[in-house]
Amino acid sequence: MAEFEFETEGVKKTFTFMNRKAPYGTIYALEVLETVLISAAFEQHANIIFVDDGVYQIKAGQDTTAINMKNFSPTYGIIEMEKEDADEDDDIDMVWRIIVEKESLDARGLTEDDFKVSVEVLSAAEIADIVDASDCVISG
Amino acid sequence: MLHTVNKSPFERNSLDTCLRLAKKGSAILLIEDGVIAAIKGTAQSAKIEGAMGDHAIYVLGPDLKARAFSADSVIDGVKVVDYAGFVDLAEEHGTHNAWL
Repeated sequence: MAEFEFETEGVKKTFTFMNRKAPYGTIYALEVLETVLISAAFEQHANIIFVDDGVYQIKAGQDTTAINMKNFSPTYGIIEMEKEDADEDDDIDMVWRIIVEKESLDARGLTEDDFKVSVEVLSAAEIADIVDASDCVISG
Repeated sequence: MLHTVNKSPFERNSLDTCLRLAKKGSAILLIEDGVIAAIKGTAQSAKIEGAMGDHAIYVLGPDLKARAFSADSVIDGVKVVDYAGFVDLAEEHGTHNAWL
């Protein structure tokens, strides 16, 4: 089997992950999460954004035992810890933001206290600027 | 930035969210079931009509044709492109954002 070497030294891009689907009903949410973890392995900048039903992915208190599916929301807790480590360590050049759209929250009667991780609540217009400034958008 | 929408506005909110989060001046290309948003005289037509001031709107011809629509069925001002036109738009607008 061929071995690949990735020349990632000095390559730094900003990825936006646009989560728009509720968890468990479809595979979208889990697939986006997989790509978030890959970008972490390569120390890339990331905007992890939750819009529409995507906001339900990080709601606190998920219990999937009775539907026989893996509850993947704890992984976002780990992502939050990684983010905090990167924020505090000057040697890690990686800026991560966890963002929720205010309009989507309001439409669903949720507040930032409903989430299991700390989030920035931003308006659609503010998110439009952040997305526009990113190098790559991965959505689901 | 080039936005693509591939869901019907009658079935999903993909177009609504695209229009809410797309920065003024970015281009929007309607593909697959997304082409339904470009048809004039529907209960959803006002969305694209209202967005044309802020965005250049394109619709993919082969997906229209597959659904028995022609360029005549499309809202005035929406440009019909073929697959080569799709490639040109992707090349011209850089980052792509797919609203699924």
